[in-house]
Amino acid sequence: MYKIGVIGPWDSVSGFKAVGLTAFPVRDSEEAKEILDRIINDNYGILYIVEGLYKDMTQEIEKYKDMRIPAIIPIPGMDGSYGIGRANLKKAVERAVGADILFQNDSEEEGR
Amino acid sequence: MERMNVNPTRMILTSLKKKLVVATRGHKLLKDKRDELMKQFLELARQNKILRQEVEQKLALVYQNFAIAGAVMSPEFMEEALMFPKQGVILSIGRKNVMSVDVPVFSFEKGEGEGDSGDIYPYGFAATSGELDKAISGLSEVFASMLDLAAMEKEVGLLAEEIEKTRRRVNALEYVMIPKLEVTIKYIKMKLDENERGNQTRLMKVKDMMLEEAIREKKKRDEAILEAYKQQKRQKSS
Repeated sequence: MYKIGVIGPWDSVSGFKAVGLTAFPVRDSEEAKEILDRIINDNYGILYIVEGLYKDMTQEIEKYKDMRIPAIIPIPGMDGSYGIGRANLKKAVERAVGADILFQNDSEEEGR
Repeated sequence: MERMNVNPTRMILTSLKKKLVVATRGHKLLKDKRDELMKQFLELARQNKILRQEVEQKLALVYQNFAIAGAVMSPEFMEEALMFPKQGVILSIGRKNVMSVDVPVFSFEKGEGEGDSGDIYPYGFAATSGELDKAISGLSEVFASMLDLAAMEKEVGLLAEEIEKTRRRVNALEYVMIPKLEVTIKYIKMKLDENERGNQTRLMKVKDMMLEEAIREKKKRDEAILEAYKQQKRQKSS
């Protein structure tokens, strides 16, 4: 059986604890990296990481990206979304197709 | 395209031809795989995009409630209220095969933590604010979508990786392997044909030489006979 973990600042992750996830409150990305390395083989199926931290630890996350488990997923934190989830999706599309064909319309709209 | 460094013999020609057939077949199959993967991938990516937007919006709402609750209640109290979760989540991971890509499928069960079942709030209502209840119930609603999102994003990532690999293979076959084989086969064929023609001319030349010799011999014989005849004639007349 697998567990689900959430890594992020205390105010963002405390709520997840109430719904039954394992919360790892951290203060900064250094601490988050340490925790990630420690729990990566700990039977976690999904790890949600708050975006504010995610953006500073992309290198560490990259290492585990092509593994089947755990799925490391960025979620917005208390301070809102940094658009990292979207950027990741965009990256995946570019990696697969060779060109970005999914977000073209959006950036045009933003440009206007 | 550079040809392979091989000896132009009939045996190698046959084996290269076989290789070319295999490469062409493999190329076709891989191309089909890539196209199908791409089809599924794009569909999935589109869904993923929508789901992520949805989850992010819902989470923003949840955080809003949490922020309000945090403002009304003291942090120590908040921490205390959330300290012992009532509900546990057990995640089970299955596997799904999408075009030979091993993709995890998440499904979860709400196990029970401490306390009686029925509600998810791990605290008494007396000392907590209503926003906290709202936030927690909102969170447990959004949680199912978050799980879907996780599965979907993982699948998108894994599919992207597989597509990249397949595309590389297709390109390697299409632009390197197959042209190289074709060029080499052509080279060997030309070389063999050239040898054949060389052989033919040599045979013709030899035949010519043999004929010439035969003619010369015949001429010599004829001359000898003629000489003999003439002598006979001279003897008779004298």
